[in-house]
Amino acid sequence: MSLKRAAAITGIAEMAPRASAEGLSTMGIWADVSRKAILDAGLEPSEIDGLLVAPPIVDMVAMWPSHLGEYLDIHPRYANIVDLGGASAAGMVWRAASAIQSGLCRAVLCVSGEASDVDTFYAPRAKRPTQQLPLREFEAPYGPMGANSGYAQIAMRHMHEFGTTGRQLAKVAVDQRTNAGANPDALYRDPLTVDDVLSSPLIVDPLHLYEIVQPCTGGAAFVVVSADLAGSNAQTPAWLLGAGEATRGVMLAQVKSITTSPIAQSAPLAFEMAGVTPDDIDLISVYDCYTITVVVTLEDAGFCEKGRGGPFVEEHDLTYRGDLPLNTHGGQLSFGQPGLAGGTSHVTEAVRQLQGRAGERQLPDCELAFVNGNGGIMSEQSSLVLGV
Amino acid sequence: MSDQPRKPLPKPSSLSQPFWDGLAAGEIRLQKCDRCDTYVFYPRPYCPHCLSEALTWTAVSGRGRVYTYTVVRRAMHPAFQPDVPYVFAIVELEEGPRVETNVVGCAPEDVRVEMPVKAVYDRTTAGIALLKFEPA
Ligand SMILES: [Zn+2]
Repeated sequence: MSLKRAAAITGIAEMAPRASAEGLSTMGIWADVSRKAILDAGLEPSEIDGLLVAPPIVDMVAMWPSHLGEYLDIHPRYANIVDLGGASAAGMVWRAASAIQSGLCRAVLCVSGEASDVDTFYAPRAKRPTQQLPLREFEAPYGPMGANSGYAQIAMRHMHEFGTTGRQLAKVAVDQRTNAGANPDALYRDPLTVDDVLSSPLIVDPLHLYEIVQPCTGGAAFVVVSADLAGSNAQTPAWLLGAGEATRGVMLAQVKSITTSPIAQSAPLAFEMAGVTPDDIDLISVYDCYTITVVVTLEDAGFCEKGRGGPFVEEHDLTYRGDLPLNTHGGQLSFGQPGLAGGTSHVTEAVRQLQGRAGERQLPDCELAFVNGNGGIMSEQSSLVLGV
Repeated sequence: MSDQPRKPLPKPSSLSQPFWDGLAAGEIRLQKCDRCDTYVFYPRPYCPHCLSEALTWTAVSGRGRVYTYTVVRRAMHPAFQPDVPYVFAIVELEEGPRVETNVVGCAPEDVRVEMPVKAVYDRTTAGIALLKFEPA
């Protein structure tokens, strides 16, 4: 069964990321972006009959959707948490569309974000109940640096197999920073050069500080609605045209080839459902927790040959003025990563560009966007094609 | 001092205990499927390839090569901070399975992808031996 044009994203809302969580609560952030997204969609609170939530990374609590429903005083008949790490937002889009197509509901509010900062994010997690995970028994004793060391291992192997260079990886951060210069909401907007990236401190070889996403505070929400509701909204509907999802294990030692991600499965599914190819895409809006993530994503989604991602990002201008616009909001590397709302930023930016309200960085003719959500150590992948 | 950060050590289950017992005795013991000959790591109650429960703990060579690695220059867990820079790697054993590990016994700068390595057993004060590797 196809989800093509089964539902559209109409309303979006996104808080400008902040480095500090001072004075903010996760629930307060969620309520604020929820209200704005419902207003943006032109709906009444009583019309929201579905609620999907991406859980905060630093605050593991049971029954988040019920807590948020209570706070918003809405009473959805379809409520769930989508726990796919950074792929949660893209995963929420097609799950909402699927629920709408099945007749469960007509308007699904999707919420993400958290009050967090670098100190909270990297605080020791000894009290977390992770003792039973194989990851805890067979990886943690050797001192991994969270996701950082996993992506560094992918980058190191990619360099070995394909000759990818540090300069090529750095180019991703540089072009995205140019994009952030045209986004007043981005956390980091000062221009950056390849040499700046390569002379920033090495954190986990071969990745430098400016190639690693910054945990911060923020939040984002969007509303996915049925075709009949989409027609009555002031905003241009951003239709779901294609979706695909694929997952693998979280521990890299369990993965056959770490340089190829499950995007090699999820993206073709999304393109096939939409009936388009990578060549047709006007905006690439893909998860960028690290520079290497973008290179592997471009390869596995079919924008270039496997292993050619390094030369490919060097040969193309990834800015909003360029021949291959990618992460025009600056990507999470420059916009910031407010928990799982970092993944949502790729959805909201695609919607903005399709609706023609991306301001200074608006692309001239944006009709088709490819969105990719990536979770864990490239272990969860949710790919979307959105269009007008 | 009780408030010093301590490194997270494995808490073996009855399922994984033979693996840790092997390391304490100075060898790598892995589950091997009697039915399809596949090595199974980490320890599981059955062979994920053929669903057989007939797994036999089998000692392997301890030889392997570096599949990939990184040099950690800022520790996430404070107990590892005194060790930086250190090598956090994935080693592919000669017999096939890959393990998360540290490469020790050489400078981090001298580690290479595909470098041959051999097992060393790092006995912690808690009686658990960790599986690490050094250049072969
Ligand atoms: Zn078997």
